[in-house]
Amino acid sequence: MDLNQIYTELIREHNKNPINKIKMLDATISEKGHNPSCGDEIILHLKVKEDTIVDASFSGIGCAISQASTSMMIDLIRGKKIDEAEKIVDIFLKMIRKEIDNKEELEKLGDAIFLKNISNMPVRVKCGVLSWHTLKIALEKVKEDN
Amino acid sequence: MKDYKADFKILKQKINGSTIAYLDNGATTQKPLQVIKAIEEYNKLYNGSPHRGAHYLSVNATKIYEDTRGKVAKFIGARNSREIIFTKNATEALNLIAYSYGMNNLNAEDEILLAITNHHSNIVPWQIIAKKTGAKIIYLDCDKNGQIYKEDIDKKINKNTKIISLSHLTNVFGMVHPIEYIIGKGREYSAITIIDGAQSVPHMKVDIGSLKPDFLVFSGHKMLASMGIGVLYGKLEKLEEMEPFLSGGDMIEYVDLYETSFHEVPYKFEAGTQNVEGVVSLSAAIDYIENIGIENIETIEEELLKYALKKLKENKYVEVYGGEDLSNRKSLLSFNVKDVHSHDVATILDNNNVAIRAGHHCAQPFIKHMGLNSTCRASFYFYNTFEDIDRLVDSLGGVRGVLGYGS
Repeated sequence: MDLNQIYTELIREHNKNPINKIKMLDATISEKGHNPSCGDEIILHLKVKEDTIVDASFSGIGCAISQASTSMMIDLIRGKKIDEAEKIVDIFLKMIRKEIDNKEELEKLGDAIFLKNISNMPVRVKCGVLSWHTLKIALEKVKEDN
Repeated sequence: MKDYKADFKILKQKINGSTIAYLDNGATTQKPLQVIKAIEEYNKLYNGSPHRGAHYLSVNATKIYEDTRGKVAKFIGARNSREIIFTKNATEALNLIAYSYGMNNLNAEDEILLAITNHHSNIVPWQIIAKKTGAKIIYLDCDKNGQIYKEDIDKKINKNTKIISLSHLTNVFGMVHPIEYIIGKGREYSAITIIDGAQSVPHMKVDIGSLKPDFLVFSGHKMLASMGIGVLYGKLEKLEEMEPFLSGGDMIEYVDLYETSFHEVPYKFEAGTQNVEGVVSLSAAIDYIENIGIENIETIEEELLKYALKKLKENKYVEVYGGEDLSNRKSLLSFNVKDVHSHDVATILDNNNVAIRAGHHCAQPFIKHMGLNSTCRASFYFYNTFEDIDRLVDSLGGVRGVLGYGS
């Protein structure tokens, strides 16, 4: 295994400078995601207006992979409609499970496509998917409330 | 130093060109050839259901099983082999005490005194019992090095304290807790004391005869034996008055349609066909340890710990927890690398075949109490070498670079 394929420049940058890591005081929903076995803990903050995620950020502690993955996800979903965001989550999780290789679909993931190498590291997969699962749960709650 | 690794083939194999510097012994230890051979021999020649059949194989399995009970008693200095109960592991042994003793002896005025340093296995069962009985859980505080202290112990033990349960050697910071003092205090207030020896029994002399706790638990797989075999030591008079934990075959005398009379201690607590193969592995493991001598193991690990602390401190980005004083510390060190999460450290070290543990080590309350989120833990056994530690330290030197920080 080449560590540079895991800790890519992009992951290192997002980890070192987590621009999306900030508490959101006017969030409409703050959803906690937790990996009980390893202790990663993120809180995903979303500001949803009608069916659009107008802003997103996160707080919490975790490894470089979970932090970078969360940050990239936020870049991707900010401004998106809920159903678009759900679609992206679905593509991401399929990519990690190696269930998708349609290039066109994968391109929708933007930078997050570079996280695909974690699918080769079973013990780190849960770090990479934590925020995506958290987003899925948060969006389901938002839809229920609407 | 003797090359103990010669007996541990798993540590001699090469993965991608190098051996594994195995520093996760606090999680589980490796098995020497002698233990592997004993298990093989048992399965080749002696396998049978213990305590039941009248045939050769069953009789042999029973003998091996019961002889080991005696061997374990002697190993920890218990006066009577009936005080040794085989369990799945230390966790099951703690659950046995919680359910069988705690559930039936606690009420709403009572207090369960735990140390904040406890492993989850010595917290969660008590929370369940506390909820059912109304008893209150009180925690012993610890200082910045993870050691509990006398003033706090004196303050928190009182006439309502019914159970005191804590680790002998803690699994995150490697602190030897002053259990002699606690056990004495417990006796003074008629509280029972439970010692979690999962980390201590493999690494240091633990003598029931001089410590005199009410209960002691430990796991086989942390001391060269198989997973799935553990030990509960209990004072005979306590075990006699306790109800069974699991019930079913082998733990009974007479079973009628609606009533059953139970077998005597220790069989009362060993329901169903037992893990004889695991007991065989534990027997061989004790032989192996006694052959080296537990005092020698202590000496070897003292040297390893001293060396590791000195080398780790040479890296200014590594913070080692637990302080400088090694006099009451054993077998492991917890640390973090500045700016890098412990899981990333473990992944990067794994790339160099250096095996450590990262995370909260099944002690979330303690980790939180210390203001931490997680730590890296290097835990040693007598077969480790200075070279293993050098590999740890060298690999740590490269960790920050991988994540784009200056080293």
